[in-house]
Amino acid sequence: MTASGLAGPARLREGAEELAGGLPPLLAAAEQLAAAVRMGEHGRRRAGMGDEFWQYRPAHAGDSGRAIDWRRSARADVHFVREKEWQAAQSVALWVDGARSMSFSGRSGRPTKGERARIVALALAVLLIRAGERVGLSGAGLPPRGGRPQLDRLAARLAGDGDEGDYGAPEVASIPPHARAVFLSDFLGDPSAVEAALVSAADRGVKGVLLQVLDPDEVAFPFAGRTLFQSMGGGVVHETRKADDLRDRYQQRLLERQDRISALARRTGWLFGRHVTDGPAVGALLWLYQGLDAKRLQA
Amino acid sequence: MIGPVAFAAPWLLIGLAALPLLWLILRAVPPAPVRRRFPGVVLLLGLKDEDATAERTPWWLMMLRMLAVAALIVGFAGPVLNPERPVAGGGPLLIVVDGTWADARDWDARTARIADALAEAGRAGRPAAIVSLTDLPGTEVEFRAADAVLAGLPSIAPRPWEPDPAEVAAFAAALPAGRFDSLWLSDGLARDGREVLMDALRARGDLTVFQVSRPVLGLRSPRFEGDQIVLDVVRSTGSGAADVEVAALGPDPGGVERELARASAPLADGALGAELRFDLPPELRNRVTRFAVAGVRSAGAVALTDDGLKRPEIALIDGGGDREGLELLSPSHYLRQALSPTADIIGGTLSDVLLADPDTIIMADVARIAEQQDLLAWVEQGGVLVRFAGPRLAASDVGRAEEDPLLPVRLRAGGRSVGGSMTWGAPKTIAPFPEGSPFHGLPVPADVAVSAQVMAEPGPDLARRTIATLADGTPLVTAKEVGKGRVVLFHVTANAEWSGLPLSGLFVGMLERLAVATRPGAMDSAALAGTTWVPDRVLDAYGQLGDAGTLAGVSGEQLAGMTPSRQTPPGLYAGEDRRLALNALGPERTLDEAVWPAGVRVIGLERPAEIVLKGWFLAAALVALLADLIAALALAGRLRGAAAAAVVLAALALAGPHEAQAQDSAEDRLIEAAGNVVLAYVRTGDNRTDMISAAGLLGLSDVLFARTSVEPILPVGVDLESDDLSVLTFLYWPVTADQKAPSPQAYAKLNRYLRSGGMILFDTRDADVAGFGTATPAGRRLQTLAAPLDIPPLEPIPKDHVLTRSFYLLQDFPGRFAGQTIWVEAAPPDAELAEGMPFRNLNDGVTPVVIGGNDWASAWAIDEQGAWMFPVGRGVAGERQREVAYRFGVNLIMHVLTGNYKSDQVHVPALLERLGQ
Repeated sequence: MTASGLAGPARLREGAEELAGGLPPLLAAAEQLAAAVRMGEHGRRRAGMGDEFWQYRPAHAGDSGRAIDWRRSARADVHFVREKEWQAAQSVALWVDGARSMSFSGRSGRPTKGERARIVALALAVLLIRAGERVGLSGAGLPPRGGRPQLDRLAARLAGDGDEGDYGAPEVASIPPHARAVFLSDFLGDPSAVEAALVSAADRGVKGVLLQVLDPDEVAFPFAGRTLFQSMGGGVVHETRKADDLRDRYQQRLLERQDRISALARRTGWLFGRHVTDGPAVGALLWLYQGLDAKRLQA
Repeated sequence: MIGPVAFAAPWLLIGLAALPLLWLILRAVPPAPVRRRFPGVVLLLGLKDEDATAERTPWWLMMLRMLAVAALIVGFAGPVLNPERPVAGGGPLLIVVDGTWADARDWDARTARIADALAEAGRAGRPAAIVSLTDLPGTEVEFRAADAVLAGLPSIAPRPWEPDPAEVAAFAAALPAGRFDSLWLSDGLARDGREVLMDALRARGDLTVFQVSRPVLGLRSPRFEGDQIVLDVVRSTGSGAADVEVAALGPDPGGVERELARASAPLADGALGAELRFDLPPELRNRVTRFAVAGVRSAGAVALTDDGLKRPEIALIDGGGDREGLELLSPSHYLRQALSPTADIIGGTLSDVLLADPDTIIMADVARIAEQQDLLAWVEQGGVLVRFAGPRLAASDVGRAEEDPLLPVRLRAGGRSVGGSMTWGAPKTIAPFPEGSPFHGLPVPADVAVSAQVMAEPGPDLARRTIATLADGTPLVTAKEVGKGRVVLFHVTANAEWSGLPLSGLFVGMLERLAVATRPGAMDSAALAGTTWVPDRVLDAYGQLGDAGTLAGVSGEQLAGMTPSRQTPPGLYAGEDRRLALNALGPERTLDEAVWPAGVRVIGLERPAEIVLKGWFLAAALVALLADLIAALALAGRLRGAAAAAVVLAALALAGPHEAQAQDSAEDRLIEAAGNVVLAYVRTGDNRTDMISAAGLLGLSDVLFARTSVEPILPVGVDLESDDLSVLTFLYWPVTADQKAPSPQAYAKLNRYLRSGGMILFDTRDADVAGFGTATPAGRRLQTLAAPLDIPPLEPIPKDHVLTRSFYLLQDFPGRFAGQTIWVEAAPPDAELAEGMPFRNLNDGVTPVVIGGNDWASAWAIDEQGAWMFPVGRGVAGERQREVAYRFGVNLIMHVLTGNYKSDQVHVPALLERLGQ
């Protein structure tokens, strides 16, 4: 056996352990986050859904014996079949920006934008799957499916390596028509890519929600002095002598960027929201969950 | 040298010139940019800086850096504050010492100063000479190699007298020609002849004067005012209030010299002198041989007393108390009046006053004497018995049939009365005193008349024994020698009944002539003329009284000025019948501070210590660089929040409050000591001594732990001022010569500690060079340190002291030094050896102090590894000595902890015997 033969399985196992080790915390954190949302709206939502039981009807010929509800039948002379509500589940495609710009955090101890986006996305997936929806991951080749195993798959994909690029762009080709979509990104990359994606999605009847996740430093720009700014991948560089002089102009440009995406979203029937990582993740989750409400998206 | 600062490497200061260049360079280089990862950079693309000029380091940061660099340069140039200044000049060096008693106080420091100057002169190759003004050579000053002069330095000693102005002037005139520089160690007192010498020295070259700013203290001769002894304390400068303690010293009844009384003279701020009054009982007063300012070793601070301070003790005994109420008729009234100003009068029965051994006993009209034998013995030992006649003596038959040993002559029965209403003749007057009579020369007042007297029986001795007669030739006063003493009889009464004599001044004069009521007055020059005095005891400059040896006698004229000189050193001079004290300070002497003209460089003896500033400058540079670091970080925007706090905290941690922690730990250890046995030592302030004490007690603690059931915790050093002593049982106190005396509060604490059963082991650590006593500086220091403590009488440790057997059986108590005994509380005088017991039944309880000088801590000391720190002795004997030292420590701690337990073991045989029954 060669040295590489030895190293191969070892590396694989190492990666698998890492993955397995990383999965439960991510999922657990997401479930915890999702539980926090359900606390307030538990009763109404479950009643309104009426997800399982529909009616009892007398059994016809041809009904299999397994379909007969024996508990109900025992109270009457005829046999009853327990009918369930027909549910046409909605497909939701998530896209979480995995570019290197998302791995930025202004302070140690504060989650990176990517971490926050993944948690929120997975928590949303938990909520949706519990509600019976089908959730997929666009850009990662994970088509929408329901059920608990899908959650594990989602978590595994989300915990995987990110992209190599400095900035990411949404991938809409794999989203089924008339599905719902959720894009989480900092939207600091080329806005035309986002524009193209949205237009393409709108063409296929896909509607959804955009959540811009930003670090507080990206909002406040608390820099001063002579500074050499580099993008996370080092591809983009800007040097200034007095960083504090640039603050106002930077914030102006950020606003312009947000206005542009916001306007685009309005035009295509999407919703655009912002989240700063020093705020609570629950807020972002709530907003996303309510944003996916069909009524608002129809408007 | 710049002001008081000098540099070790001044050429380094040239580096300061490079500072402006550095400024330009630093100014041209902008601060380096911060590299920062920031996803929002895409939004920045294309933004231009508004300020087109290059970013420059701000001026204050530049200044900080310049200061840091400047401090580095100055620091490495080695600045020194108050550097040792050599005596200026390059020619020969003449060192002039006053060499008086005022120098004695700090003579060691002065010789050290001279040695420094000589060593320096030696290095510079300058010849030198030393001259002591009190001991002028008489020949011309000869400059020699400084080393040779240095070798002769120990022979220069202070003298108890002051320079003679005439001699000094002669010396000034005879100074060698040619240039030389001078160093004058002044004793701080102004005196005649100083200017002459000063001018002469300044004419030859530079004159540097060393003078101590401390005031010189002196005591003038004591004198009597009423019943009190009055002393004048004088000082040379009046600045500052001070209490001067003066002790009266003299022999105790056992003949051992000790302090008889002590008084404190408050010297007010600005006052040059104070009057101090001693009100002593006559017994004590007559014993005082000298007064001394406590703690000052100088002849000027000692005032010797001579016979002038002694007041005779006279016992007055009169015939009877049957004439109560008639004070003016009392036989002793006039005697009391005549004697009380000059003598101490005691009363009582004859047997009582004989015990007091008075100088004179006066009996007024006493006929029968019960204690005749005792009185006779007293007279034969040198007592003077003066008897007055009176009705009782006239009526009795004493001395009628034969001569009474206590009467000079036989008396005729009856006596006679003249000039009364029933007699012929007029009252008799007194005849002029003949040559040879002790009264010769006393003027006889015409109005003194004698109307009655007892008559002497004529006999062969009568004429010889008569020392005063009446005008008709009948004896008035008779006297005879008995052994060494004398019996004198006045044939009249001591009151005015029989004669007018007691009313006249002649009475007082006669008593004085009889040396009864005399107190030697000041010897004036007339009285001194023609007399010769032999020095008996002389003072040295340090105020120690020593034997005069073979000093030649001096004539009274030389003593007349009462000014000590080389021929007449201060001391006690014996004359024919009295002793005369010559003190260093005459009766009118004032002390004036020597003031030097502006042109003379005056340097204090206690010069400010050299302070090397290098470290301070380097520390300042470091601080400036730290500040620069923080400022640069802040300026570059890298210093935010926690980072800033961390940097500032790190900077502050450099100067953390370490002392507070140390104090806390001392407090903690005392609290811990309260629950344990702990050996403690007094922190002397000398680091090395304290370290040895701690290590020594640690070694002893280990030995105790290993060998006995005493399990001490780590020894603790106590600060007498602040720490609580009540939790301690044993205190080791190493005495150093320059130890600071504790405050009165600390002494109160120490006394409480001693009363409550604590023990202090005083260790002067000088047994290698000195016996016990004041021979060494540490010994003297111990004496002053221990004076305010409640210490009982001490004695060298007796062979049967419980310390010798409280754990080990020991007979000597060596430390690092061996051979010197130790002192403990004296055994009670009634301690006796019980029948069949090996030891005396000694004092109950623990000796509160053990005093010695064997340097026990060094013998006990171990280091962290448990190895001995100091060698003891040599070879096996040394090991044995160290072992015995440890055993002494064990015995000592056992003694502290168990008291007289082992002393009680004395009774064990008796107890066993009883148990057996």
